[in-house]
Formats: sequence, structure tokens, C-alpha cells
Amino acid sequence: MTSKTRNTYFFFGAMQAALGLLVLTTSLFNKNSQNWLLFVALTLLVMGGIFYTHALYDRTLPGIKNNGVWHKGLSNRGWSAWLLGVVLTAFYVALYWYPETLGYNSQGNNSGLVGFFDSLSLLLNGKPASQWFVYGTLYTLAILVFGYKFLHKYRHNRYQVVRTISVMFFQLGFAFLIPEILSKLNPQYAYFNMDLKNMWPLDYDFFYDWHLNNQINSGSLGMFMLLFGLLMVVLISPILTYFFGKRWYCSWVCGCGGLAETAGDPFRQLSSKKKWVWKLERWSVHIVLFFVTVMTLAVLYSYLEKNNNLLGITQNSFVYGCIGLIILVMALIYGFKRKALNKDALITLGTLGTIVLALIIMNHTADANQLFFVNSYKLREWYGFGIGAAFSGVIGVGFYPILGSRVWCRFGCPMAAILGLQQRLFSKFRITTNGGQCISCGNCSVYCEMGIDVRAYAQKGEHIVRSSCVGCGICSAVCPRGVLKLENVATQNRMNNSGLIMNNPPDLLGGLKKTL
Amino acid sequence: MRKIVIIGNGISGVTAARHLRKLGDDKILLISDESDAFFSRTALMYVYMGHMKFEHTQPYEDGFWDQNKIERVRGRVDKIDPTNKNLILADKQTIDFDVLIIATGSIPNRYGWPGEHLQGVQGLYHKQDLEALEASTPKIDRAVIVGGGLIGVELAEMLVSRGKKVTFLVRETAFWNGVLPHEEASIIGDHIKKHGIDLRLSTELKEIISDDNGSVAGVVTHSGEQIPCQWVGLAAGVSPNIGFLTKSAVETDRGVLVDRHLKTNLPDIYAIGDCAQQRHPIEGRPSVEAVWYTGRIMGETVAQTIMGMPKEYSPGQWFNSAKFFDIEYQTYGRVRAQKQKNEQHLYWSANNKALRIAYDKSSLRMLGIHSLGIRLRHDCIDQWLNEGKAYEYVTKHLQEALFDPELYRSPVKHIQQTFNTQVAV
Repeated sequence: MTSKTRNTYFFFGAMQAALGLLVLTTSLFNKNSQNWLLFVALTLLVMGGIFYTHALYDRTLPGIKNNGVWHKGLSNRGWSAWLLGVVLTAFYVALYWYPETLGYNSQGNNSGLVGFFDSLSLLLNGKPASQWFVYGTLYTLAILVFGYKFLHKYRHNRYQVVRTISVMFFQLGFAFLIPEILSKLNPQYAYFNMDLKNMWPLDYDFFYDWHLNNQINSGSLGMFMLLFGLLMVVLISPILTYFFGKRWYCSWVCGCGGLAETAGDPFRQLSSKKKWVWKLERWSVHIVLFFVTVMTLAVLYSYLEKNNNLLGITQNSFVYGCIGLIILVMALIYGFKRKALNKDALITLGTLGTIVLALIIMNHTADANQLFFVNSYKLREWYGFGIGAAFSGVIGVGFYPILGSRVWCRFGCPMAAILGLQQRLFSKFRITTNGGQCISCGNCSVYCEMGIDVRAYAQKGEHIVRSSCVGCGICSAVCPRGVLKLENVATQNRMNNSGLIMNNPPDLLGGLKKTL
Repeated sequence: MRKIVIIGNGISGVTAARHLRKLGDDKILLISDESDAFFSRTALMYVYMGHMKFEHTQPYEDGFWDQNKIERVRGRVDKIDPTNKNLILADKQTIDFDVLIIATGSIPNRYGWPGEHLQGVQGLYHKQDLEALEASTPKIDRAVIVGGGLIGVELAEMLVSRGKKVTFLVRETAFWNGVLPHEEASIIGDHIKKHGIDLRLSTELKEIISDDNGSVAGVVTHSGEQIPCQWVGLAAGVSPNIGFLTKSAVETDRGVLVDRHLKTNLPDIYAIGDCAQQRHPIEGRPSVEAVWYTGRIMGETVAQTIMGMPKEYSPGQWFNSAKFFDIEYQTYGRVRAQKQKNEQHLYWSANNKALRIAYDKSSLRMLGIHSLGIRLRHDCIDQWLNEGKAYEYVTKHLQEALFDPELYRSPVKHIQQTFNTQVAV
């Protein structure tokens, strides 16, 4: 490609994307009613992305493409980054709390942007669009278009290519098409989650009473989704995490991760690597874990009461069953992994203990309508508002250009906390440091979206086994000296060093000297 | 409690400081003229290219130094007074020491080229070099780089990333062919050209010409060709930075002369890293090695000796790595560019990837292995070299030594087939 065609591609790409966005924006003001125009707009967005990608990468040789990342305002918190942040945040605020501004009408015909998507929604699921349908469509489109860009950016790295195809596939198929089509085929059923990969506690309303009821009342499809959801939590996820680390979910399958890895990729370097932020992350992610668990159990507790002890489970046996299970898990961890407990893992254990306490208090203080002296439905409303919407949506994505792409995954996702504990203690996964080859350059740390100071380990010849690592593999990709490799090795000796860099045994070092 | 003073806060000096602190409670003082805190010199290029900010090149957070009671002084050491055991800084400040470690690193070579001190002529080694280059950047349309080694190719990559035209003068017939055998050198040379660099092999610099203001206007090569440019990068190697020792009692040659315990000729004075020269070279190694890794190993070693656990510097099996634009290079043991008498090679290459094993003709033991575009497992190969494994063993078990990211297609079968035919011939 000559530089002239390259410029033409840039121009065409930018024009098409701008035009596509313009059509979507004008629809907000009820300007667009023609069905075909929606398809034109979406096609323009896709074509814009394709042209732009080829303009960026076609003339380049395969390899790392981070030139100018810190020189450009968009990727270095310049005014364009703030502007984008504000626009995204505004979109999320409208989506969660003011859907009528987008044209959503629960009583009658949609108008505006939501109405603009009616035709596509009718085609796919047989119902008029909701704000969530619009969001789902744009979300999927973003993962596909920016995934296409990512595939070209990392075309030299097969791990990145396969991983990105995987997140694109799971978003398009599992999160978008299959649920839409299933609900078109089964119009008689009330809404329940049909995204097989979306599991509790990330999918925090899975165990809500209305959700359970909708599943139970939706024939074999509902029962299948209920059982599969349970199976994911108790069996499939632990097994996969054991073999591959939490990356099988976080950077290969998950939709939140999918958006972060594709549309969020230009912002991954903005995550803070400061130690105090790591401390903050430990606390915040576990507070969310605490709330989601207690809230879910509280909702189930009330549910049992209302449904006259479903399947013969009484409230008491439910609470003590849960407590027994959690204590068993804690005992197993303490029994087998005492020595591997680091602060991350200890805090997760502490959180589990606090959950047990909370359950006991709940069981003793509950009366007909109140749990923890508040209405259990209020409790979940707060969670939905604070965590489900404000944290995971508004801050999680709206702040991509300011705080980096994995804010939610790092500070909020309760799933990440659970999978992280398992990754730290019961998994074969680690990032291997290649002997003494590290030159402390810091590329790995800069481009870690989870804010892990990878270099701090690599330069000491230590392998990296961190709860928060989502296994995206970018540290390994950007390393100029071939130092890092994501691997599923044995669980024994997973953290031992190669000995090619001198390190005194850690028990020689007291308090302060630990950081040396 | 002694006062241990370290001149230089590069990888050698800082590693020594860290290990001294781990092992004891002596007072530790780091002196640097270059920067307040340790940074990774090898990462300067990424700052210029916009991959990271300067602060990202600093591996330790600000609180680290106070937390570990490592004091820092910013200043330039002018003189060492070994009898009174003190240092005199450029600002006339004197600093006492009980133990002194000299870790002053290197400076870029200048060979007395006419015009080598003009505005816009520089090397790339210190933080200040990066700042100078950044200041010159707006004026650069074309840059000329002199010297076909690691710093030269880094400079080329840096300038190209900022849209500059680059002419790269290499004295040898192929890029870095003092280290790389001809085939690998050509792969890298071709790759450099593909990135739009005007690579001139077998070309030497004759002089640098000035404009009216004392800035670079161009260079003249040995053949008399004039190349107009606004900036010249000198990348013809580095030498120990020991100018401040010329009139002292510390014995020097090319570098500060040290024994295997890294001691100089004077009691309680040590030298480590780029600036140290082994008085009796260790077998198979040059007496001065200006490499990150050897600096780090010397820092680890000298700390043990100073803390009363005398330890000889023993760098172990040679290893190194580099990256030439998009092609990574790793080497372990010794693979010579020119085969030595008893040395035989096996070589494979495809699509900008290459792998070479050198072995001893009579014992069949592997002498070394290096690769382009293939990552190798350090501990695995280190062990094979230590155990004296034969090349056949290495070829057969090559898969175990592969360190490429997951899901990469393994080239091992292909390599084994190629090596088998080479051995058969």
C-alpha cells in the first residue's frame, strides 16, 4: 500500500465511521424511521473500522505497534480522551437510568435510537427493541470491529489471534445471537438469561426470585439454563480454572473482558501500577464479593420462605448448608495451601469468613420482611444501582480512556475475586520468567491492563502467580527479550525460581526488606 | 557500621546496593550524576518511541530508597582520595567512605572523527543523551547513524518511529557480523532495509561537516560521498567511563583493573559492571563486558564479598539477548561468527526465524546456541551447557527448550529434519 492509498483509506475509514455515528445520533431526535437506514449505519461503522485498520497496519511489518502511544492525547489522557470518556459515561447514564431519552417506551411504541433498532430486534427476537437490545448490538459490534483491528495489530502473535477470535465468537454467538434467536423461537417465555457463558456472581441476578421463577416456568429450556448455570459455577469453572487459570474466562470468553481486550486495548497502559492501588484493588474487589454473595443468599433465603421451603429445603438448613460449605472450602484451603497464602488470598479467606458471620446474623435477625434490618429487595436494588450499573457500566467502560480498560475487572468483578483465589492456590497456570534474561525495561508492566507490576517479579527471576492476572498475554508479547511465557505447568513448585538470578531465601528478609 | 559508597546508580551499582541491604545494616550511599533514581538504560529507546514514559523505566517506586535506607546523592565525582578514604565531587563536596564501589558504566566511543563534537552529534547511553536527541528531533529530516551494533540499530528504530529518514553506516560487510554469522547478519540487514532504512554496508565515516552555526550539516563517507543530514548518532561501541580516575592511585587499563573478587589494587575499593576490567580474563570471556546481565551478576557478587562471604565473580554460561526491530535474538554459550578450528555449526532458517547450534567437532558437545525469532528457555539450555550435552541430545530435546508463546507453531520438527541432513553431509 502506498502512502497515498493509505491516506485515502484513513479518510474513507474515518468518514464512514463518522457518517455511521451521525446517523445513529440523528435517530435520537426521531429523524430516522426507514428500516434500511439502520443497516446502512451499522454497515458504515463496520466498513469504517475495516478501512481504518488497513490504513493503520497494512504498510507495517508484523510486530509490536506501540509507537507514539504516550505521545497521543487519546491514549495518554489528553482532551480527546476526556471527551470520549464524557460521551461514553453520558451514554451509560442514559442507558441505565434514563432510557426514555434514548427513545425507549415500555408502554407503547419506541421512538428515537431505540425505535431505530426495532426492525433489527423484530428480525432477531421477534419483539420491539429495548435499550438493552440497542446496547447489546452496539457492544457486539464494538467487539467485532475493534477485534478485527486487534487481530491485525497482533497478527504476528498466534496466542493473541486465537484468543481474540475466541472473544469475538463468544460475544457474537453466545451473548448475542443465540439468546436473541432462542427468545424468538420461544416467545411464550418470560425473560431469563440465555447467555450460557454468563455466570454467577458476575451475572448477579441469576439467583433472583423472578429469574428462578422465569426459568422454572419455561419448560425444558429454562430448566436447562438453570442447571447449566449451576454447573458452570460449581463444576465447569473450577475445572477449567484449574487447568488454564482464570484466563479461560476473563480473556477468552467473558463479554466484559472481550470489550476490554478489543475496544479497550488502546487504553490498557493507563492502569495504575502503584502499590497503594493494588491495596485498594484487594479491598474493593472483596467488598463487592461480600455484597454479591450475601445479597444473593439473602434473596434465596426470602425466596425459600415465600415458596414454602422449595424442594424441602428450610431456611435454616439452607443457611447452615451454605455456612458448612464455605467453612469446608476455607478449611481445605488452610489445610492444603497454608504456605501459598499471600495477602490477596488471605483477604479472600477473610471475606469468606465475614460472609459466614453475616449469614449467622441474617438468620437470627430476620423477620418476615426484613433481612439485616432492611428489606432484602432494597438490598438488591442498591446492589443493582451501585455495582451492577454505576460500577460495572458507567465507571467500568465510561472511564476506559482515563483509568484503563479493566477497571471493573480489577476493582469490582466478584467473579474475578473467586477465580483469582483459585488461580493463586489451585491452578496450573503461571507466567514463567525466563531465567536471567529480564532487562527491567518495563514494557510488561506498562501494558498490563490489570496493573500488575510484572517487571518486579521478572527482574528477580521470579515466576508470576497473581490472583488478578487475566492471562491476556500482552506482557509476553511486548517483552523485547523473550522473558515471559504464559504456561499451564504443574501445581507443585509453580512459584520456584530458576536460580539464574541470585535471590536470598525469603525467610532471611525481615519486614521492610521484602521489597528488595 | 561501615559506610559503603557506590559511584553510579545503573544496574550494577543498584544491584550491589540491594544485595548489601539484604545482607546487612551498613550505611549505603549511591552517587549519580545522571539521575535521581535508578532507571533501565535499555528502555530509553522506548521512551523516545512513545511506548512508555520515562517514569516507567524506573523499576522501584519513590519510597523504595528510604524504606530500604539507601541514601542517594546527585553529583559528579571529580577525584578519589584513597589515602583519606574520601571522594571529592565537582561541587567541592567531600564524601567519606569505608568501602567504595566504582560502577560508573560506559561512554560512547569517539574515534577522533573530524566534526565529532558538533551540535547534533551524539551517542545514546545516558539519560542526557535521550534528552539531547529529543531536543534535536524537530530539526531532523535525515539522520546518519555510524556503527553497526546494538545501539546503532536501536537508534535507527527510534528515529524511524518518529518519521525520520535514516542512513545507517556500517563498516563491516554485514550487520553486526563480528557477532552474527553471515546468514543471520543478512537476515537482520534485510529486515532493517524493509523498515525503510538506508543501510550502507562496508561504509565508513570520514568526517562530519558543519553548517555556519556549528551544527551538523552532513557526513562524508570514505568513498567521498556526501550525505546531508541534521543529526549524527555515534554507535561505534562504548568504553569504560573512568576519566575521573586518570590521576588517582586506582590502577586502570581500558577499565578499572580488578581481580576475581572484583577488588581493585587498593584496599576496600571495588569496581563492577561496564567500567571493570578483569586483570586476568576469565577463560572464554573478554576482559571488559558491557552487558546488562554481567553488570547485575557483578553487583550480586561484590555484595557477598563485602559482607564477609568472599565470592569470586563467575558469570556462568554466557547469555545475551537483543531485538532488531521486530526480530528477537537470544544467545546462550558461544556461537562464533567465524567458526574456530574445532567448531562445527548446524543452521536452520525460515521466514525471519533462525536457529544455530555450535558444537565441538571432537567431543560433539554443544558450545552454544542462538536464535532469531525463536524464544529459548534459559534454565534448560544453561543446564545442557553445564552438563556438556552433545548436539544430538540438544537437537532431539529441542522442544523442551522452546519458550515461544503458547499456540505458536513449533519449528522444531523442521529444524530437526534440517539438522539431520546437515549432519549426514
